[in-house]
Amino acid sequence: MNTPVLISDFVNRKSFIELDARARAQSLFDEGTYKELVGPFDRIESPWLAKQGIAPQSDDGCIVIKGKIGGSPAVAIAFEGAFQGGSVGEVSGAKMTAALDLAAKDSEAGKSTAAVLLLETGGVRLQEANLGLAAVAEIISSALVLRRHAPVITIVAGTVGCFGGMSLVAGVSSYTIMTREARLGLNGPEVIEQESGIDEFDSSDRALIWAIHGGEQRVGMGLADSLVEDDADKIAAAVRDSVHKGVPDKHRTEQVELYRARIAALDTSSQIDPATLRQQWANPKGVVR
Amino acid sequence: MEKIEFNYPEAKRLITKRAHVGVVGSGDMEVLLEPNSEEGARVFITTSVNGFGNAWKAVFDRFFSKFDGAVRIYINDAGATPGSVLLRLEQAVEVIEQ
Repeated sequence: MNTPVLISDFVNRKSFIELDARARAQSLFDEGTYKELVGPFDRIESPWLAKQGIAPQSDDGCIVIKGKIGGSPAVAIAFEGAFQGGSVGEVSGAKMTAALDLAAKDSEAGKSTAAVLLLETGGVRLQEANLGLAAVAEIISSALVLRRHAPVITIVAGTVGCFGGMSLVAGVSSYTIMTREARLGLNGPEVIEQESGIDEFDSSDRALIWAIHGGEQRVGMGLADSLVEDDADKIAAAVRDSVHKGVPDKHRTEQVELYRARIAALDTSSQIDPATLRQQWANPKGVVR
Repeated sequence: MEKIEFNYPEAKRLITKRAHVGVVGSGDMEVLLEPNSEEGARVFITTSVNGFGNAWKAVFDRFFSKFDGAVRIYINDAGATPGSVLLRLEQAVEVIEQ
């Protein structure tokens, strides 16, 4: 017979990706410390979807949970990827902004409250275009206020990934946690293919897509902080670590010169493949380190 | 999109808990089940698929032939099949009767 199966850990683990947004958010908190705010029974639905013939969802695909993580106050805001691609509309955007603002208010008053954003989203909800865009701006400005006082932690676990305006929110966060299954990028693969042609980017080429947008590459390039297995306990532990680390000395988005220099140093005379990109990025030519 | 309502005045058993299950994702739906303040049960459906009123009626007639709770059921549906609808309803009942 074959050697004993070595995948029992994998089989017995509690998958994070298989949980819905609410269960994902709940799994991060200390047992018995959390409660949901503006939950489904408050029935604050999108007023715009029904007008366009689309059934709304009673929480607008945005779940807000307040509680304690590793003993510290925290709020988790999770987007449900299965509802309208996790898109951000007027209501879901307002829920996220309000949660971040309340966390900032508590933090300014001396009760440091971290925010955990679980982003499974294609970005702005096209049916609520302008309101969604405004929401992204509000979320970013609220995150920028909060991150001065307490860490803003983004989790992109998959399988939707995090794209569009919400990828900017991931960009301004203090720490980003990803799995190998997750993808993070400004323009999604299908959007790039549609706009620039299949020669530019073949969105059906999964190996290519994950080599560029995938968690391993993002963490490898330092654009995300930790690569964690699809395991609810390990992700919760990574979040607790990030909460305890507190506010980083310098956020990624405060290091404009560093990233500008890295981009300038790339050799674009030939097509760079993802592995070479990671290498060149880590050891930029002509950049004093 | 279509809105459908049903009344089941015979369902009179007092219910105290509430349940929320499911996601409004393709081929799925969400159910909010809560105690009704009046006697009997009421069902409010919002579905993005038009023209299936009879199928909804058949599913709920069957559901209320076994379930007698005085509840309000709110459904947001994104094209769940009758089988999935019944499973989601049974899941919601499981939550309130735990």
